Amino acid sequence: MISKQISRRSFLKGGFAGAAALGISRLPVPASVKGADPKELATLIDIRKCIGCEACVEACQETNASKFPEPVKPFPKMFPERVKAEDWSDKRDVSSRLTPYNWVFIQEASVKENGHKETYTFPRRCMHCQNPPCADLCPWGAARKLKNGITRIDSHLCLGGQKCKVVCPWHIPERQTGVGLYLDVMPSFAGNGVMFKCDRCYDRIEKGLLPACIEACPENVQTIGPREEILKEAHRIAAEINGYIYGEKENGGTNTIYVSPVPFDKLNEAVEKGPGRPHFKPVEDAMANADNLAKAMIIAPVVGIAAAIVRFLRISK
Amino acid sequence: MRAGPTPKPSFESRILQKVYVLLIFFMGLTGFAQMPIFKRYYIADIPGLGWLADFYFTHTLHYIGAIALLGLFAYYAVLYLMQGRKIHRLTAAAYVRIVIISCIVATGIIRVLKNLPDVTFSPRFTQFVDLAHLGSMLILMIVALLFLIFKKGWTVERRYTGYL
Repeated sequence: MISKQISRRSFLKGGFAGAAALGISRLPVPASVKGADPKELATLIDIRKCIGCEACVEACQETNASKFPEPVKPFPKMFPERVKAEDWSDKRDVSSRLTPYNWVFIQEASVKENGHKETYTFPRRCMHCQNPPCADLCPWGAARKLKNGITRIDSHLCLGGQKCKVVCPWHIPERQTGVGLYLDVMPSFAGNGVMFKCDRCYDRIEKGLLPACIEACPENVQTIGPREEILKEAHRIAAEINGYIYGEKENGGTNTIYVSPVPFDKLNEAVEKGPGRPHFKPVEDAMANADNLAKAMIIAPVVGIAAAIVRFLRISK
Repeated sequence: MRAGPTPKPSFESRILQKVYVLLIFFMGLTGFAQMPIFKRYYIADIPGLGWLADFYFTHTLHYIGAIALLGLFAYYAVLYLMQGRKIHRLTAAAYVRIVIISCIVATGIIRVLKNLPDVTFSPRFTQFVDLAHLGSMLILMIVALLFLIFKKGWTVERRYTGYL
């Protein structure tokens, strides 16, 4: 059974085994964390199990409190005036949506299936895309994907231009003004703070620990493991319950896989959407265009060389 | 960028030289559009320039422009090596341009590689590449303007002392 292989206990065990194997290495890195694709780590969220207790939300807030922004006030005057400060520092206890101080929240959907109404709850956070547009299109290198499949934003580098949020198919990152590198550059004219989102507890994973939300969940809603195995498990569950999968193909594939007994378009219709509350819509691969054009860049010089040779032969006649 | 050996204006100087200038301008525009500045500073509000605030669109345009430029550079380099150098030699100004353009191309290629799935670089290296790409382009703009003012061309005829 795959679920045994990637259970919480075996994940931790793998971490310690990896540490032992590394010997003098300072960090107890689980073997599965070190590899690049296809050993990327993914999480499986079985929404049947979630009871909406928000234990994951509280654990995330507690564990990541040291990463949360402590803005300098008053904020620098922004130019032009259309650039507005975004301040969540006085609303740190908001847990009903994503904010710079709340990287996971519980979304709720009441759907009618087979004649009766059922209410589902499920944690929502960054999907950790396999080819994340936020990291690819970040003009500053602040957002990046790690080899273990985590996409994180470096709060020491981010200027808060919000491009990552604009290009994210789920608009996940949230901005806090008055903090970060932009204050040291041209605070009134460039940047506007730092973008924050789930980093899937990269620092805990480095130590061989589980992400806080997974560890705290009393219902084992989330499981983490190599993506291939997570997908196999998701398909096994989906086949067993005649259910549905979200995240396998969305945006070309993500490292957050949801499995649900009801179709995701129904969940999408039922959830409250808007700022800080992501949708469950189908998502095309946002970077597919760029990936195809990158291949064409290899051919371009060859075409140029061929054209030059043809031109030379014509001149030489 | 004149590599044509014929006395009358060649295809390269009549057409490709203009294509090169337009492409460089276009790449500068779509490159700067990768930073979230055009919307902030109302440029994307100018009728007809709204596309400058569409990051995906300008990114695609930047890639298409890069494809065209890579083809053009390869064309010029090979034609010069095969034919042009017999008649023209590169000026010091040309070597300066070539070094700067090489920096832009090299850092651009690294950035494209980084954007491929499963390719990861350290944040500091990515930041260095981004800054080097942007910095090289700014230097090229300044240098190109100075060379234009002081009439420093790419090539000079080997048997002739004046710039072409």
